Amino acid sequence: MTRGAASTPLARAALLGIALAFLGVFLVAPLVAVFAEALSKGFAAYGAALIERDALSAVRLTLLVAAISVPLNIVFGLAASWAIAKFDFRGKSVLITLIDLPFSVSPVVSGLIYVLLFGAQGWFGPWLRAHDVEIIFAVPGLVLATMFITFPFVARELIPLMQEQGRDDEEAALSLGASGWQTFRRVTLPNIRWGLLYGVLLCNARAMGEFGAVSVVSGHIRGKTNTMPLHVEILYNEYNFAAAFAVASLLALLALVTLTLKSILEWRYGIHGRTGY
Amino acid sequence: MQSAEMAIDMGDGRAWHRSSPKSNHRRVIPGFGLTLGFTITWLSLIVLVPLTTIFIRAAGMGWDDFVAVGLSARALKAYQLSFGASLAAGGINTVFGMLVAWVLVRQDFPGKRIVNALVDLPFALPTAVAGIALTALYADNGWFGGLLAPLGIKVAFTPIGVVVALVFIGLPFVVRSVEPVLADLGQDVEEAAATLGASGWQTFHRIILPAIGPALLTGFALAFARGVGEYGSLIFIAGNMPYRTEIAPLLIVTQLEQFDYAGATAIAAVMLIASFALLLLINLIQVWSRKRGMA
Repeated sequence: MTRGAASTPLARAALLGIALAFLGVFLVAPLVAVFAEALSKGFAAYGAALIERDALSAVRLTLLVAAISVPLNIVFGLAASWAIAKFDFRGKSVLITLIDLPFSVSPVVSGLIYVLLFGAQGWFGPWLRAHDVEIIFAVPGLVLATMFITFPFVARELIPLMQEQGRDDEEAALSLGASGWQTFRRVTLPNIRWGLLYGVLLCNARAMGEFGAVSVVSGHIRGKTNTMPLHVEILYNEYNFAAAFAVASLLALLALVTLTLKSILEWRYGIHGRTGY
Repeated sequence: MQSAEMAIDMGDGRAWHRSSPKSNHRRVIPGFGLTLGFTITWLSLIVLVPLTTIFIRAAGMGWDDFVAVGLSARALKAYQLSFGASLAAGGINTVFGMLVAWVLVRQDFPGKRIVNALVDLPFALPTAVAGIALTALYADNGWFGGLLAPLGIKVAFTPIGVVVALVFIGLPFVVRSVEPVLADLGQDVEEAAATLGASGWQTFHRIILPAIGPALLTGFALAFARGVGEYGSLIFIAGNMPYRTEIAPLLIVTQLEQFDYAGATAIAAVMLIASFALLLLINLIQVWSRKRGMA
Protein backbone atom coordinates (compact mmCIF):
# COMPACT_ATOMS: atom_id res chain seq x y z
CA MET A 1 0.00 0.00 0.00
CA THR A 2 1.03 3.59 -0.43
CA ARG A 3 2.90 5.18 2.34
CA GLY A 4 3.74 8.85 2.61
CA ALA A 5 3.90 11.72 5.03
CA ALA A 6 1.14 10.11 7.05
CA SER A 7 2.38 6.56 7.23
CA THR A 8 -0.45 4.84 9.07
CA PRO A 9 -4.06 4.60 7.91
CA LEU A 10 -5.07 6.05 11.25
CA ALA A 11 -2.92 9.16 10.74
CA ARG A 12 -4.30 9.58 7.23
CA ALA A 13 -7.86 9.33 8.49
CA ALA A 14 -7.13 11.78 11.29
CA LEU A 15 -5.67 14.36 8.89
CA LEU A 16 -8.62 13.92 6.53
CA GLY A 17 -10.98 14.38 9.47
CA ILE A 18 -9.29 17.58 10.61
CA ALA A 19 -9.30 19.02 7.08
CA LEU A 20 -12.98 18.21 6.56
CA ALA A 21 -13.94 19.56 9.97
CA PHE A 22 -12.11 22.81 9.21
CA LEU A 23 -13.90 23.14 5.86
CA GLY A 24 -17.19 22.27 7.53
CA VAL A 25 -16.86 25.00 10.14
CA PHE A 26 -15.45 27.72 7.89
CA LEU A 27 -17.10 27.08 4.52
CA VAL A 28 -20.15 24.82 4.82
CA ALA A 29 -21.63 26.35 7.98
CA PRO A 30 -21.88 29.91 6.56
CA LEU A 31 -23.45 28.57 3.38
CA VAL A 32 -26.04 26.54 5.30
CA ALA A 33 -26.68 29.49 7.61
CA VAL A 34 -27.68 31.69 4.65
CA PHE A 35 -30.48 29.32 3.63
CA ALA A 36 -31.51 28.50 7.19
CA GLU A 37 -31.87 32.18 8.09
CA ALA A 38 -33.60 32.97 4.81
CA LEU A 39 -36.30 30.36 5.53
CA SER A 40 -36.50 31.08 9.27
CA LYS A 41 -39.85 32.82 8.86
CA GLY A 42 -41.26 30.30 6.44
CA PHE A 43 -41.59 30.03 2.69
CA ALA A 44 -44.29 32.70 2.42
CA ALA A 45 -42.09 35.36 4.01
CA TYR A 46 -39.17 34.16 1.88
CA GLY A 47 -41.16 34.57 -1.32
CA ALA A 48 -42.56 37.92 -0.23
CA ALA A 49 -39.06 39.28 0.42
CA LEU A 50 -38.01 38.32 -3.10
CA ILE A 51 -40.94 39.83 -4.98
CA GLU A 52 -40.99 43.03 -2.96
CA ARG A 53 -40.58 46.09 -5.19
CA ASP A 54 -37.14 47.28 -3.97
CA ALA A 55 -35.78 43.72 -4.12
CA LEU A 56 -36.92 43.37 -7.72
CA SER A 57 -35.38 46.68 -8.68
CA ALA A 58 -32.12 45.59 -7.00
CA VAL A 59 -32.15 42.37 -9.05
CA ARG A 60 -32.79 44.35 -12.23
CA LEU A 61 -29.97 46.80 -11.46
CA THR A 62 -27.53 43.98 -10.68
CA LEU A 63 -28.36 42.29 -13.98
CA LEU A 64 -28.02 45.59 -15.85
CA VAL A 65 -24.61 46.41 -14.34
CA ALA A 66 -23.32 42.91 -15.14
CA ALA A 67 -24.82 43.05 -18.65
CA ILE A 68 -22.77 46.17 -19.40
CA SER A 69 -19.52 45.47 -17.56
CA VAL A 70 -19.03 41.78 -18.41
CA PRO A 71 -19.20 42.17 -22.24
CA LEU A 72 -16.83 45.14 -22.07
CA ASN A 73 -14.40 43.02 -20.06
CA ILE A 74 -14.73 40.22 -22.62
CA VAL A 75 -13.76 42.60 -25.44
CA PHE A 76 -10.84 43.88 -23.39
CA GLY A 77 -9.77 40.36 -22.40
CA LEU A 78 -9.78 39.18 -26.02
CA ALA A 79 -7.84 42.22 -27.24
CA ALA A 80 -5.28 42.04 -24.43
CA SER A 81 -4.67 38.30 -24.77
CA TRP A 82 -4.40 38.57 -28.57
CA ALA A 83 -1.78 41.30 -28.29
CA ILE A 84 0.13 39.56 -25.50
CA ALA A 85 -0.02 35.95 -26.71
CA LYS A 86 0.36 36.40 -30.46
CA PHE A 87 3.14 39.00 -30.56
CA ASP A 88 6.49 39.73 -28.97
CA PHE A 89 7.14 43.18 -27.63
CA ARG A 90 9.05 44.85 -24.84
CA GLY A 91 7.36 45.48 -21.52
CA LYS A 92 5.00 42.55 -21.86
CA SER A 93 5.41 41.37 -18.26
CA VAL A 94 4.87 44.92 -17.00
CA LEU A 95 1.64 45.07 -18.99
CA ILE A 96 0.45 41.76 -17.49
CA THR A 97 1.22 43.06 -13.98
CA LEU A 98 -0.69 46.28 -14.69
CA ILE A 99 -3.73 44.32 -15.93
CA ASP A 100 -3.68 42.37 -12.64
CA LEU A 101 -3.40 45.57 -10.60
CA PRO A 102 -7.10 45.85 -9.62
CA PHE A 103 -6.73 42.58 -7.66
CA SER A 104 -4.38 44.23 -5.21
CA VAL A 105 -6.49 47.34 -4.67
CA SER A 106 -9.01 47.41 -1.82
CA PRO A 107 -12.59 47.48 -3.20
CA VAL A 108 -13.26 50.63 -1.19
CA VAL A 109 -10.30 52.39 -2.84
CA SER A 110 -11.58 51.18 -6.23
CA GLY A 111 -14.81 53.06 -5.60
CA LEU A 112 -13.07 56.07 -4.09
CA ILE A 113 -10.99 56.79 -7.21
CA TYR A 114 -14.16 57.36 -9.24
CA VAL A 115 -15.63 59.59 -6.53
CA LEU A 116 -12.43 61.66 -6.68
CA LEU A 117 -12.82 61.95 -10.45
CA PHE A 118 -16.56 62.32 -10.94
CA GLY A 119 -18.02 63.15 -7.48
CA ALA A 120 -19.43 66.55 -6.52
CA GLN A 121 -15.99 67.62 -5.22
CA GLY A 122 -14.15 65.61 -7.85
CA TRP A 123 -12.09 66.90 -10.79
CA PHE A 124 -14.90 66.61 -13.33
CA GLY A 125 -17.66 67.19 -10.74
CA PRO A 126 -18.49 70.81 -11.58
CA TRP A 127 -18.38 70.17 -15.33
CA LEU A 128 -20.62 67.12 -15.02
CA ARG A 129 -23.10 69.01 -12.88
CA ALA A 130 -23.17 71.93 -15.35
CA HIS A 131 -23.97 69.49 -18.15
CA ASP A 132 -26.45 67.51 -16.08
CA VAL A 133 -24.54 64.23 -16.32
CA GLU A 134 -24.83 61.87 -13.37
CA ILE A 135 -22.05 59.34 -12.81
CA ILE A 136 -21.58 59.01 -9.06
CA PHE A 137 -24.73 57.88 -7.21
CA ALA A 138 -26.04 56.65 -10.57
CA VAL A 139 -25.72 53.65 -12.89
CA PRO A 140 -22.56 54.82 -14.77
CA GLY A 141 -20.64 54.96 -11.48
CA LEU A 142 -21.78 51.46 -10.56
CA VAL A 143 -20.67 50.19 -13.97
CA LEU A 144 -17.27 51.91 -13.74
CA ALA A 145 -16.55 50.57 -10.24
CA THR A 146 -17.65 47.06 -11.27
CA MET A 147 -15.49 47.19 -14.39
CA PHE A 148 -12.46 48.21 -12.37
CA ILE A 149 -12.97 45.34 -9.91
CA THR A 150 -13.55 42.70 -12.60
CA PHE A 151 -11.04 44.16 -15.07
CA PRO A 152 -8.45 41.31 -14.97
CA PHE A 153 -10.83 38.32 -14.84
CA VAL A 154 -11.22 37.45 -18.54
CA ALA A 155 -7.75 38.65 -19.59
CA ARG A 156 -5.81 36.66 -16.98
CA GLU A 157 -7.68 33.49 -17.92
CA LEU A 158 -7.08 33.91 -21.65
CA ILE A 159 -3.46 35.16 -21.66
CA PRO A 160 -1.82 31.92 -20.38
CA LEU A 161 -4.22 29.78 -22.43
CA MET A 162 -3.46 31.59 -25.69
CA GLN A 163 0.26 31.64 -24.91
CA GLU A 164 0.15 27.89 -24.44
CA GLN A 165 -1.65 27.37 -27.76
CA GLY A 166 0.96 29.38 -29.68
CA ARG A 167 0.57 30.94 -33.08
CA ASP A 168 0.75 27.99 -35.49
CA ASP A 169 -2.99 27.63 -35.99
CA GLU A 170 -3.48 31.30 -36.79
CA GLU A 171 -0.46 31.50 -39.07
CA ALA A 172 -1.68 28.45 -40.97
CA ALA A 173 -5.18 29.85 -41.44
CA LEU A 174 -3.77 33.17 -42.64
CA SER A 175 -1.42 31.49 -45.08
CA LEU A 176 -4.39 29.62 -46.51
CA GLY A 177 -6.00 32.93 -47.31
CA ALA A 178 -8.26 33.54 -44.31
CA SER A 179 -8.66 37.16 -43.31
CA GLY A 180 -7.60 38.31 -39.86
CA TRP A 181 -11.18 38.47 -38.65
CA GLN A 182 -12.02 35.03 -40.12
CA THR A 183 -8.96 33.59 -38.44
CA PHE A 184 -9.97 35.02 -35.10
CA ARG A 185 -13.59 33.92 -35.39
CA ARG A 186 -13.08 30.44 -36.84
CA VAL A 187 -9.70 29.39 -35.44
CA THR A 188 -8.84 31.30 -32.27
CA LEU A 189 -12.31 31.58 -30.78
CA PRO A 190 -13.13 27.84 -31.02
CA ASN A 191 -9.71 27.10 -29.49
CA ILE A 192 -10.25 29.32 -26.47
CA ARG A 193 -14.02 29.05 -25.99
CA TRP A 194 -13.97 27.00 -22.78
CA GLY A 195 -11.27 29.14 -21.21
CA LEU A 196 -13.23 32.22 -22.24
CA LEU A 197 -16.39 30.81 -20.68
CA TYR A 198 -14.44 30.08 -17.49
CA GLY A 199 -13.22 33.66 -17.29
CA VAL A 200 -16.69 35.05 -18.05
CA LEU A 201 -18.21 32.87 -15.34
CA LEU A 202 -15.87 34.20 -12.66
CA CYS A 203 -16.11 37.75 -13.99
CA ASN A 204 -19.90 37.60 -13.85
CA ALA A 205 -19.97 36.16 -10.32
CA ARG A 206 -17.79 38.98 -9.08
CA ALA A 207 -19.67 41.64 -11.06
CA MET A 208 -22.99 40.59 -9.54
CA GLY A 209 -21.62 40.09 -6.05
CA GLU A 210 -19.33 43.10 -5.70
CA PHE A 211 -20.04 45.09 -2.58
CA GLY A 212 -17.26 47.42 -1.38
CA ALA A 213 -16.59 49.32 -4.61
CA VAL A 214 -20.24 49.79 -5.59
CA SER A 215 -21.14 50.71 -2.03
CA VAL A 216 -18.86 53.77 -2.26
CA VAL A 217 -20.28 55.04 -5.57
CA SER A 218 -23.91 54.01 -5.16
CA GLY A 219 -25.26 56.48 -2.61
CA HIS A 220 -27.70 53.76 -1.47
CA ILE A 221 -30.80 55.24 -3.03
CA ARG A 222 -33.48 52.64 -2.39
CA GLY A 223 -35.12 51.27 -5.49
CA LYS A 224 -32.73 53.30 -7.68
CA THR A 225 -29.03 52.69 -7.08
CA ASN A 226 -29.05 49.60 -4.86
CA THR A 227 -27.66 46.43 -6.35
CA MET A 228 -28.51 43.11 -4.67
CA PRO A 229 -25.55 43.07 -2.26
CA LEU A 230 -26.34 46.66 -1.24
CA HIS A 231 -30.00 45.78 -0.77
CA VAL A 232 -28.90 42.93 1.51
CA GLU A 233 -26.92 45.42 3.60
CA ILE A 234 -29.84 47.87 3.92
CA LEU A 235 -32.29 45.14 4.96
CA TYR A 236 -29.76 43.77 7.44
CA ASN A 237 -29.09 47.17 8.99
CA GLU A 238 -32.86 47.62 9.38
CA TYR A 239 -32.88 44.38 11.40
CA ASN A 240 -35.03 42.80 8.69
CA PHE A 241 -32.83 39.70 8.88
CA ALA A 242 -35.08 37.15 7.17
CA ALA A 243 -35.54 39.41 4.15
CA ALA A 244 -31.80 40.22 4.04
CA PHE A 245 -30.96 36.52 4.01
CA ALA A 246 -33.68 35.82 1.44
CA VAL A 247 -32.03 38.19 -1.05
CA ALA A 248 -28.61 36.88 0.07
CA SER A 249 -29.77 33.33 -0.71
CA LEU A 250 -30.24 34.32 -4.37
CA LEU A 251 -26.61 35.46 -4.44
CA ALA A 252 -25.55 32.25 -2.68
CA LEU A 253 -27.40 30.26 -5.37
CA LEU A 254 -25.53 32.24 -8.01
CA ALA A 255 -22.28 31.28 -6.26
CA LEU A 256 -23.27 27.59 -6.22
CA VAL A 257 -24.22 27.64 -9.92
CA THR A 258 -20.91 29.38 -10.69
CA LEU A 259 -18.93 26.77 -8.74
CA THR A 260 -20.78 23.90 -10.43
CA LEU A 261 -20.22 25.21 -13.96
CA LYS A 262 -16.61 26.06 -13.10
CA SER A 263 -16.00 22.51 -11.84
CA ILE A 264 -17.59 21.03 -14.97
CA LEU A 265 -15.26 23.11 -17.15
CA GLU A 266 -12.31 21.93 -15.05
CA TRP A 267 -13.21 18.22 -15.24
CA ARG A 268 -14.41 18.12 -18.84
CA TYR A 269 -12.02 20.44 -20.57
CA GLY A 270 -9.05 20.61 -18.23
CA ILE A 271 -9.41 24.38 -17.88
CA HIS A 272 -7.57 25.69 -14.85
CA GLY A 273 -8.02 28.86 -12.94
CA ARG A 274 -5.15 30.97 -11.69
CA THR A 275 -4.88 31.62 -7.99
CA GLY A 276 -5.47 35.14 -6.93
CA TYR A 277 -9.13 35.79 -7.66
CA MET B 1 -19.69 21.89 -38.12
CA GLN B 2 -17.50 24.87 -38.67
CA SER B 3 -14.83 23.82 -36.25
CA ALA B 4 -14.42 20.35 -37.73
CA GLU B 5 -14.00 21.81 -41.20
CA MET B 6 -11.38 24.22 -39.90
CA ALA B 7 -9.57 21.41 -38.12
CA ILE B 8 -8.96 19.67 -41.45
CA ASP B 9 -7.65 22.90 -42.89
CA MET B 10 -5.51 23.25 -39.83
CA GLY B 11 -3.92 19.87 -40.40
CA ASP B 12 -2.77 20.98 -43.81
CA GLY B 13 -1.74 24.34 -42.50
CA ARG B 14 0.41 22.88 -39.80
CA ALA B 15 2.13 20.55 -42.25
CA TRP B 16 2.85 23.54 -44.45
CA HIS B 17 4.19 25.53 -41.55
CA ARG B 18 6.57 22.84 -40.35
CA SER B 19 7.99 22.18 -43.80
CA SER B 20 8.60 25.86 -44.48
CA PRO B 21 12.00 27.18 -43.48
CA LYS B 22 12.03 29.33 -40.36
CA SER B 23 13.36 32.28 -42.30
CA ASN B 24 9.98 33.99 -42.64
CA HIS B 25 10.13 36.17 -39.55
CA ARG B 26 7.91 39.04 -40.56
CA ARG B 27 4.59 39.31 -38.78
CA VAL B 28 1.91 37.21 -40.42
CA ILE B 29 -0.73 37.66 -37.76
CA PRO B 30 -2.59 40.96 -38.07
CA GLY B 31 -4.08 43.19 -35.41
CA PHE B 32 -1.05 43.97 -33.28
CA GLY B 33 -1.46 47.74 -33.37
CA LEU B 34 -5.22 47.57 -32.94
CA THR B 35 -5.31 45.15 -30.00
CA LEU B 36 -2.31 46.54 -28.14
CA GLY B 37 -3.52 50.10 -28.68
CA PHE B 38 -6.98 49.22 -27.41
CA THR B 39 -5.54 47.30 -24.44
CA ILE B 40 -3.32 50.18 -23.32
CA THR B 41 -6.00 52.84 -23.88
CA TRP B 42 -8.68 50.91 -22.02
CA LEU B 43 -6.29 49.95 -19.22
CA SER B 44 -5.29 53.61 -18.81
CA LEU B 45 -8.87 54.89 -18.83
CA ILE B 46 -10.35 52.38 -16.41
CA VAL B 47 -7.41 51.54 -14.14
CA LEU B 48 -4.24 53.62 -14.39
CA VAL B 49 -5.55 57.18 -14.66
CA PRO B 50 -8.19 56.74 -11.92
CA LEU B 51 -5.59 55.17 -9.60
CA THR B 52 -3.12 58.02 -10.07
CA THR B 53 -5.77 60.52 -8.91
CA ILE B 54 -5.25 59.17 -5.39
CA PHE B 55 -1.57 60.03 -5.46
CA ILE B 56 -2.05 63.40 -7.15
CA ARG B 57 -4.71 64.34 -4.60
CA ALA B 58 -2.56 63.08 -1.72
CA ALA B 59 0.49 64.95 -3.02
CA GLY B 60 -1.59 68.12 -3.19
CA MET B 61 -2.37 67.87 0.52
CA GLY B 62 1.11 68.74 1.75
CA TRP B 63 3.17 66.45 3.96
CA ASP B 64 1.93 67.70 7.35
CA ASP B 65 -1.75 67.41 6.47
CA PHE B 66 -1.13 64.02 4.94
CA VAL B 67 0.55 62.70 8.09
CA ALA B 68 -2.08 64.30 10.35
CA VAL B 69 -4.89 62.34 8.66
CA GLY B 70 -3.20 59.38 7.02
CA LEU B 71 -1.24 58.51 10.15
CA SER B 72 -3.64 59.80 12.83
CA ALA B 73 -4.04 57.75 16.01
CA ARG B 74 -7.41 56.44 14.79
CA ALA B 75 -5.99 55.54 11.37
CA LEU B 76 -2.98 53.78 12.94
CA LYS B 77 -5.34 51.66 15.07
CA ALA B 78 -7.32 50.79 11.95
CA TYR B 79 -4.17 49.74 10.04
CA GLN B 80 -3.09 47.75 13.06
CA LEU B 81 -6.38 45.81 13.03
CA SER B 82 -6.44 45.31 9.25
CA PHE B 83 -2.82 44.19 9.04
CA GLY B 84 -2.78 42.26 12.34
CA ALA B 85 -5.97 40.31 11.61
CA SER B 86 -4.77 39.58 8.06
CA LEU B 87 -1.50 38.27 9.46
CA ALA B 88 -3.29 36.03 11.99
CA ALA B 89 -5.79 34.75 9.41
CA GLY B 90 -2.96 34.22 6.91
CA GLY B 91 -1.12 32.14 9.52
CA ILE B 92 -4.18 29.98 10.25
CA ASN B 93 -4.80 29.54 6.53
CA THR B 94 -1.18 28.58 5.91
CA VAL B 95 -1.52 25.63 8.30
CA PHE B 96 -5.02 24.50 7.38
CA GLY B 97 -4.78 25.45 3.70
CA MET B 98 -1.69 23.24 3.42
CA LEU B 99 -3.54 20.40 5.16
CA VAL B 100 -6.57 20.77 2.86
CA ALA B 101 -4.32 20.86 -0.22
CA TRP B 102 -2.45 17.74 0.96
CA VAL B 103 -5.69 15.87 1.61
CA LEU B 104 -7.05 16.85 -1.83
CA VAL B 105 -3.87 15.79 -3.64
CA ARG B 106 -2.89 12.68 -1.69
CA GLN B 107 -6.10 11.12 -0.45
CA ASP B 108 -9.18 9.64 -2.09
CA PHE B 109 -12.47 9.88 -0.31
CA PRO B 110 -16.14 9.96 -1.25
CA GLY B 111 -17.33 13.41 -2.28
CA LYS B 112 -13.81 14.64 -3.01
CA ARG B 113 -14.93 16.49 -6.13
CA ILE B 114 -17.58 18.37 -4.18
CA VAL B 115 -15.07 19.26 -1.46
CA ASN B 116 -12.65 20.42 -4.13
CA ALA B 117 -15.27 22.66 -5.75
CA LEU B 118 -16.33 23.99 -2.36
CA VAL B 119 -12.83 25.27 -1.59
CA ASP B 120 -13.48 28.07 -4.11
CA LEU B 121 -16.71 29.13 -2.40
CA PRO B 122 -15.07 32.25 -0.90
CA PHE B 123 -14.16 33.40 -4.43
CA ALA B 124 -17.72 32.89 -5.66
CA LEU B 125 -19.84 33.93 -2.68
CA PRO B 126 -20.40 37.71 -2.54
CA THR B 127 -18.56 39.16 0.42
CA ALA B 128 -21.65 40.82 1.92
CA VAL B 129 -23.40 37.42 1.99
CA ALA B 130 -20.41 35.85 3.72
CA GLY B 131 -20.37 38.75 6.17
CA ILE B 132 -23.97 38.46 7.33
CA ALA B 133 -23.79 34.64 7.39
CA LEU B 134 -20.69 34.64 9.61
CA THR B 135 -22.22 37.28 11.86
CA ALA B 136 -25.37 35.17 12.24
CA LEU B 137 -23.22 32.13 13.12
CA TYR B 138 -21.00 33.86 15.67
CA ALA B 139 -23.46 36.26 17.32
CA ASP B 140 -24.31 35.27 20.89
CA ASN B 141 -27.54 33.61 19.74
CA GLY B 142 -25.95 31.97 16.70
CA TRP B 143 -25.00 28.30 16.20
CA PHE B 144 -21.34 28.81 17.07
CA GLY B 145 -21.68 31.98 19.14
CA GLY B 146 -24.13 30.18 21.43
CA LEU B 147 -21.57 27.42 22.05
CA LEU B 148 -18.71 29.85 22.68
CA ALA B 149 -20.58 32.39 24.84
CA PRO B 150 -20.70 30.13 27.96
CA LEU B 151 -16.91 29.77 27.64
CA GLY B 152 -16.58 33.54 27.74
CA ILE B 153 -15.37 33.71 24.12
CA LYS B 154 -16.88 36.48 22.06
CA VAL B 155 -16.24 36.37 18.32
CA ALA B 156 -18.76 38.63 16.63
CA PHE B 157 -18.09 42.37 17.08
CA THR B 158 -14.52 41.74 18.30
CA PRO B 159 -11.17 41.51 16.47
CA ILE B 160 -11.54 37.70 16.61
CA GLY B 161 -14.56 38.07 14.34
CA VAL B 162 -12.40 39.95 11.84
CA VAL B 163 -9.87 37.09 11.89
CA VAL B 164 -12.62 34.47 11.41
CA ALA B 165 -14.02 36.31 8.37
CA LEU B 166 -10.52 36.69 6.90
CA VAL B 167 -9.87 32.96 7.36
CA PHE B 168 -12.98 32.37 5.22
CA ILE B 169 -11.86 34.90 2.58
CA GLY B 170 -8.23 33.78 2.38
CA LEU B 171 -8.42 29.97 2.46
CA PRO B 172 -8.62 29.31 -1.32
CA PHE B 173 -5.51 31.42 -1.98
CA VAL B 174 -3.34 29.06 0.07
CA VAL B 175 -5.01 25.82 -1.08
CA ARG B 176 -4.86 26.73 -4.78
CA SER B 177 -1.23 27.93 -4.54
CA VAL B 178 0.02 24.78 -2.81
CA GLU B 179 -2.06 22.16 -4.65
CA PRO B 180 -0.24 22.11 -8.03
CA VAL B 181 3.22 22.06 -6.41
CA LEU B 182 2.22 19.18 -4.16
CA ALA B 183 0.81 17.30 -7.16
CA ASP B 184 4.08 17.85 -9.07
CA LEU B 185 6.10 16.61 -6.12
CA GLY B 186 4.53 13.20 -6.50
CA GLN B 187 3.67 10.62 -3.91
CA ASP B 188 6.79 8.56 -4.70
CA VAL B 189 9.05 11.14 -3.02
CA GLU B 190 7.09 10.78 0.21
CA GLU B 191 7.07 7.00 -0.16
CA ALA B 192 10.81 6.91 -0.76
CA ALA B 193 11.43 8.90 2.39
CA ALA B 194 9.17 6.57 4.36
CA THR B 195 10.90 3.51 2.91
CA LEU B 196 14.24 4.92 4.01
CA GLY B 197 12.89 5.05 7.54
CA ALA B 198 11.76 8.66 7.86
CA SER B 199 8.91 9.28 10.25
CA GLY B 200 5.78 11.09 9.09
CA TRP B 201 6.99 14.30 10.71
CA GLN B 202 10.50 14.00 9.22
CA THR B 203 9.04 13.45 5.76
CA PHE B 204 6.86 16.49 6.23
CA HIS B 205 9.44 18.97 7.40
CA ARG B 206 12.48 17.69 5.48
CA ILE B 207 10.83 16.79 2.16
CA ILE B 208 7.39 18.34 1.71
CA LEU B 209 7.81 21.68 3.45
CA PRO B 210 10.98 22.77 1.57
CA ALA B 211 9.36 21.83 -1.74
CA ILE B 212 6.09 23.68 -1.17
CA GLY B 213 7.67 26.55 0.79
CA PRO B 214 7.56 29.21 -1.96
CA ALA B 215 4.01 28.25 -2.96
CA LEU B 216 2.95 28.41 0.67
CA LEU B 217 4.52 31.84 1.01
CA THR B 218 2.79 33.03 -2.18
CA GLY B 219 -0.56 31.78 -0.93
CA PHE B 220 -0.01 33.46 2.41
CA ALA B 221 0.96 36.76 0.76
CA LEU B 222 -2.06 36.67 -1.58
CA ALA B 223 -4.42 35.95 1.33
CA PHE B 224 -2.74 38.66 3.41
CA ALA B 225 -3.00 41.25 0.62
CA ARG B 226 -6.65 40.43 0.09
CA GLY B 227 -7.34 40.62 3.82
CA VAL B 228 -5.80 44.06 4.25
CA GLY B 229 -8.22 45.60 1.74
CA GLU B 230 -11.23 43.44 2.59
CA TYR B 231 -14.44 45.28 3.37
CA GLY B 232 -17.72 43.49 2.57
CA SER B 233 -17.29 40.41 4.73
CA LEU B 234 -15.90 42.40 7.67
CA ILE B 235 -18.17 45.36 8.31
CA PHE B 236 -21.02 43.17 9.58
CA ILE B 237 -18.96 41.06 11.98
CA ALA B 238 -16.37 43.64 13.07
CA GLY B 239 -18.51 45.89 15.25
CA ASN B 240 -16.95 49.02 13.74
CA MET B 241 -15.96 50.75 16.99
CA PRO B 242 -13.33 53.45 16.38
CA TYR B 243 -9.93 52.54 17.89
CA ARG B 244 -11.14 48.98 18.59
CA THR B 245 -12.87 47.13 15.79
CA GLU B 246 -12.65 49.60 12.93
CA ILE B 247 -10.85 48.27 9.83
CA ALA B 248 -8.92 50.63 7.54
CA PRO B 249 -11.26 50.38 4.50
CA LEU B 250 -14.21 51.26 6.73
CA LEU B 251 -12.39 54.37 7.92
CA ILE B 252 -12.15 55.48 4.27
CA VAL B 253 -15.91 55.04 3.87
CA THR B 254 -16.57 56.92 7.13
CA GLN B 255 -14.46 59.87 5.94
CA LEU B 256 -16.25 59.88 2.59
CA GLU B 257 -19.65 59.91 4.27
CA GLN B 258 -18.53 63.01 6.15
CA PHE B 259 -17.43 64.50 2.80
CA ASP B 260 -13.84 64.52 4.06
CA TYR B 261 -12.26 63.70 0.70
CA ALA B 262 -8.76 64.62 1.91
CA GLY B 263 -8.97 62.21 4.85
CA ALA B 264 -10.27 59.39 2.68
CA THR B 265 -7.55 60.05 0.08
CA ALA B 266 -4.73 60.05 2.64
CA ILE B 267 -5.77 56.69 4.11
CA ALA B 268 -6.35 55.26 0.65
CA ALA B 269 -2.86 56.38 -0.41
CA VAL B 270 -1.27 54.65 2.61
CA MET B 271 -3.20 51.47 1.81
CA LEU B 272 -2.32 51.59 -1.89
CA ILE B 273 1.39 51.93 -1.09
CA ALA B 274 1.11 48.94 1.25
CA SER B 275 -0.72 46.89 -1.43
CA PHE B 276 1.84 47.73 -4.09
CA ALA B 277 4.66 46.76 -1.72
CA LEU B 278 2.89 43.44 -1.14
CA LEU B 279 2.40 42.92 -4.88
CA LEU B 280 6.11 43.52 -5.41
CA LEU B 281 6.91 41.04 -2.65
CA ILE B 282 4.63 38.38 -4.21
CA ASN B 283 6.33 38.87 -7.58
CA LEU B 284 9.76 38.59 -5.95
CA ILE B 285 8.77 35.34 -4.21
CA GLN B 286 7.63 33.93 -7.54
CA VAL B 287 10.82 34.94 -9.33
CA TRP B 288 12.86 33.46 -6.49
CA SER B 289 10.95 30.16 -6.50
CA ARG B 290 11.22 29.88 -10.29
CA LYS B 291 14.99 30.37 -10.05
CA ARG B 292 15.16 27.84 -7.24
CA GLY B 293 13.14 25.39 -9.33
CA MET B 294 15.64 25.68 -12.18
CA ALA B 295 18.74 25.30 -10.04
